[in-house]
Amino acid sequence: MNLTAIKVIYFNEMLRFWKTLFQSVASPVISTALYFVVFGSAIGSRIENIEGVSYGLFIVPGLTMLSVLTQSISNASFGIFFPKFTGTIYELLSAPVSFYETLIGYVGAAATKSLILATIILATANLFVDLNIAHPFWMLGFLVLTCIAFSLFGFIIGLWADNFEKLQIIPLLIITPLVFLGGSFYSISMLPDLWQKVTLFNPVLYLVSGFRWSFFEVSDVSVGISLFMVFLFLAICIAIIAWMFRTGYKLKQ
Amino acid sequence: MDSIISIKGLSKTYNSGFEALKTVDLEINRGEILALLGPNGAGKTTLISSICGIISPSSGSVTVDGFDIISDFRKTRSMIGLVPQELTLGAFDTVWGTVRFSRGLFGAKRDDAYLEQLLKDLSLFDKKDSEIRALSGGMKRRVLIAKALSHEPKVLFLDEPTAGVDVELRKDMWKIVNKLRNQGVTIILTTHYIEEAEEIAERVGVISNGELLLVEKKDELMESLGKKQLLIDLKESVKKIPSILEKYNIELNEEGTQISYTYVVKDETADVSEVLHEITNSGLLLKDLKVEQSSLEDIFVDLVKEEL
Ligand SMILES: Nc1ncnc2c1ncn2[C@@H]1O[C@H](COP(=O)(O)OP(=O)(O)OP(=O)(O)O)[C@@H](O)[C@H]1O
Ligand SMILES: [Mg+2]
Repeated sequence: MNLTAIKVIYFNEMLRFWKTLFQSVASPVISTALYFVVFGSAIGSRIENIEGVSYGLFIVPGLTMLSVLTQSISNASFGIFFPKFTGTIYELLSAPVSFYETLIGYVGAAATKSLILATIILATANLFVDLNIAHPFWMLGFLVLTCIAFSLFGFIIGLWADNFEKLQIIPLLIITPLVFLGGSFYSISMLPDLWQKVTLFNPVLYLVSGFRWSFFEVSDVSVGISLFMVFLFLAICIAIIAWMFRTGYKLKQ
Repeated sequence: MDSIISIKGLSKTYNSGFEALKTVDLEINRGEILALLGPNGAGKTTLISSICGIISPSSGSVTVDGFDIISDFRKTRSMIGLVPQELTLGAFDTVWGTVRFSRGLFGAKRDDAYLEQLLKDLSLFDKKDSEIRALSGGMKRRVLIAKALSHEPKVLFLDEPTAGVDVELRKDMWKIVNKLRNQGVTIILTTHYIEEAEEIAERVGVISNGELLLVEKKDELMESLGKKQLLIDLKESVKKIPSILEKYNIELNEEGTQISYTYVVKDETADVSEVLHEITNSGLLLKDLKVEQSSLEDIFVDLVKEEL
């Protein structure tokens, strides 16, 4: 195991994050604040409590997840796509580094960034609403697992993409709609019967629901199922990556 | 001779179906400087990329210091440093940052003193905190060399190190190459320029169309394929070559002031003393004479022509 290599890949990626700290943090913080102003205060004041939780509070976990998912994917996909794009990948390929070491370095850094971001978003939210976390450990657990799972997913996209369009198309066309329709801003019990059933096919629902439960003990599906789904998603990503590794998919000819 | 890299039946067909390397066999000796010479698209970069792990060979095997490049990739790759043909560097990294990154990536222990000396040798030390994007092309090339040497490799690949490089940097580069060679580092470089191979390499391999046409000691190559030309200035110009000299490969220049005799060095039938004797006998008055040797370039042009 080339631990030194994992370390330098990880810190090199984190360095990129620090260098662009302002951009990295400003946009999610601003959009969170905007959501709060629009949904929490303006519209939220006209919406009654959902299962005993005020609307402004109710959307906090969903908002956090929205940022975590999109940022994990974009950080991890960009992290591995960029060296491919500029050609600096030659060094990674010629180094005594295995595919998994590369993976740990890049995905670890992307997940760390998302975790930092989630913390900042929760802190920002705390300025608008009074945030009390019922199960901090569960909250952290869901958060960490989600960061890792979606960073893995982003890594896969970064490997697969050979141009900028492909890099952006999945987050744009799949992830964003899934997050919006996955109960980030509402409880699925507010939907008509048919749509409730359809929504159960949306994996993001389980993430948001479990995450929200750790805050308010309010959930759309049971926590056990949420946890299972997170692990399932994690396992699927690892399986895809293992397959990519075995076939040398898109990394080298 | 003790070989450090052993290439057996190496071939590479790209996904596009293009066969860039056709069964290459090559032994690279420990501590030598080998130049791979070939026109654009010959397969030089493909060969190097296969050895370094940037592309997967379609068939054949390569060992570095006895270790297989696939099953023992950690051992082989940590022995190898590569300076790629293209100037590929992260624009926003600093010189110091990127060199340290390379060393770590290759699993070497942190050694700032070594890296400092390395940057000094490459005249990069005063730029160590500059971002790469603020450097000139030549300096970027130096950074690539520093990265390749950052983990103290035993084998160094230089893929067209002098493309877009000025005389000064070229001289520096050869100084570094010689220094490394004296330390026992094996160096393989690719080039289009014959003079470069002639200047620095001990052995020359000629690649064309994915085939290694030959690998020989530079001197032997010059000898076996090299032609020599005996040039004789005449005291008095003549209209035509005297008839007794017609059986030899002798030509007269337009002004009639110089005759030249071209012969292949290794050719047994060529007898310079006999020719000289006949020339004296023919009554020509000699003013001066000199011998010119064909360059690798001439040899190479002949070789590739034969191939076509
Ligand atoms: N990724 C690739 N896919 C398909 N064909 C390729 C690829 N890379 C190189 N080739 C082809 O393989 C052949 C050999 O290329 P290579 O880069 O090894 O040549 P080279 O000898 O290094 O040339 P140059 O002197 O121009 O650098 C060329 O015909 C090239 O077009
Ligand atoms: Mg090349």
